[in-house]
Amino acid sequence: MKTGNDIPASEITPRSVYVNRREFVTGAGASAVALPAIAPVEAASLQFGQSPLSTRGEPLTSLRDATSYNNYYEFGTGKEDPAAYGSALKTSPWSVSVDGLVAKPATYDVADLIKGIALEERIYRMRCVEGWSMVIPWIGVPLVDVLKRIEPLGSAKYVAFETLVRPAEMRGQRGLFQPLPWPYIEGLRLVEAMHPLTILAVGLYGEPLLNQNGAPIRLVVPWKYGFKGIKSIVRIQLVEEQPKTTWARQNPREYGFYANVNPAVDHPRWSQATERRIGDGLFGKRRPTLIFNGYGEQVASLYSGMDLKANY
Amino acid sequence: MHGALASTARPRRAVISTDVIQGAIYVVGSVPAIWTFYLGLTDQLGADPMRTLERSLGLWALRFILIGLAITPLRRLGGPNLVRYRRAVGLLAFSYAAIHLAVYVGLDQGFDLAAIWADIVKRPYITIGMFAFAILVPLAATSSNAMVKRLGSQAWQRLHRLVYLAAAAAAVHFVMVVKAWPLEPLVYSITACLLIVRLVFRLRGRTRRSGPRLLVAGEICVIVERL
Repeated sequence: MKTGNDIPASEITPRSVYVNRREFVTGAGASAVALPAIAPVEAASLQFGQSPLSTRGEPLTSLRDATSYNNYYEFGTGKEDPAAYGSALKTSPWSVSVDGLVAKPATYDVADLIKGIALEERIYRMRCVEGWSMVIPWIGVPLVDVLKRIEPLGSAKYVAFETLVRPAEMRGQRGLFQPLPWPYIEGLRLVEAMHPLTILAVGLYGEPLLNQNGAPIRLVVPWKYGFKGIKSIVRIQLVEEQPKTTWARQNPREYGFYANVNPAVDHPRWSQATERRIGDGLFGKRRPTLIFNGYGEQVASLYSGMDLKANY
Repeated sequence: MHGALASTARPRRAVISTDVIQGAIYVVGSVPAIWTFYLGLTDQLGADPMRTLERSLGLWALRFILIGLAITPLRRLGGPNLVRYRRAVGLLAFSYAAIHLAVYVGLDQGFDLAAIWADIVKRPYITIGMFAFAILVPLAATSSNAMVKRLGSQAWQRLHRLVYLAAAAAAVHFVMVVKAWPLEPLVYSITACLLIVRLVFRLRGRTRRSGPRLLVAGEICVIVERL
């Protein structure tokens, strides 16, 4: 969808269309399939502005696909598990503890953490390390504004994030067979965290995040593989050492700390040269994957002089 | 020679019903493929239909291979003798593997032969998958009664024991395509391992060849390597 102006995508596209774009496009099965209720009834729509940093000119992934197909191992390893089991999680009240090398360590209510920072819509491509991609209209705040609020000390070099551990409400954390060590941990170098493209998202498609997408607050770093976008954050820590991130711990040969999208650096078991865009359907062609997921102009300088093959 | 081939000599009446049951196996066995393609064409395969289609076809190939391998142990454990239906099960396995491959080559990769070749050479999971399929080809080609006669039943048996290798390769192919360690591929992998171990025990003492043992060791190695 081509928009050169400031009209939010959600206003141009009628809700009934973006809720279920694929069926609108194909015209098939729309009446045959009963849709699950998608919008939370009690949640108020978010007030947000537009951003010049949004990615324009690409059709958005339907709300249905964006909220029913993703990885969130705390709810199970299946791609449909987060949508099926996410609702068990209670996201209110929600506090985020901020500690480590900061001038103002504190435990914030999630609303207070971002209070006063204007919400923006950020349309970003999202490239999963597994080889598929989406285009998602996130609503959030620049992480740098939150960092300014918590005042990192000069010695801080990395930001580490943690996801909630609550087996009673997260069924993927129960039982004998645990795919990952909990809590899920992610991290960024401070310069990556302060980059204007990096956001803490609290919504998508104009509505508060659903649990499957990482409610109430999650990280979005559009030039990195999706697993860097840690969900349901309960702790933000400023540290001096590179955090031991979850996937890099699980399999250090396959997943690195940087995880920048890069078609030239393959996963040891599969190629990263191309991707399937969710919504293109069975007869859609694979697309070439772009270096830094197409955000190289903005972020390549963060890695100048770095061997991207060694620092995958 | 085992009881397998001898048991096909049955009274006329039973042969007819065998044919009917065999036909039914082909019909029922093709339902998952037809159903999956129907769902695909009507946009009901979810957000990433290609992945779902590929997984489903590959999974059914593996299932039929394992069902075929389970027929002898089932009989030995006192269950019914289904050996005369093994060819149908095997050909179904081959058909699913062939469609699975065709979907990968044509629909997923769009006949980009350079990319496919690069995958075969560089991606162990693709290499292993191709290897599994390559094994199934001669087995499918020699599945007719005429070919059993031409090869002689002993040589035929020996050739068709390669299906154990295909099962191991297919299971490893599945385990290697996923992130972390979800339960499903492991269940299939362990099932394949158990069936192979059974063959090893059966052959022990009869032959000194260690091929199957190497197979099991090989599969364990691949899994350990991923750890």
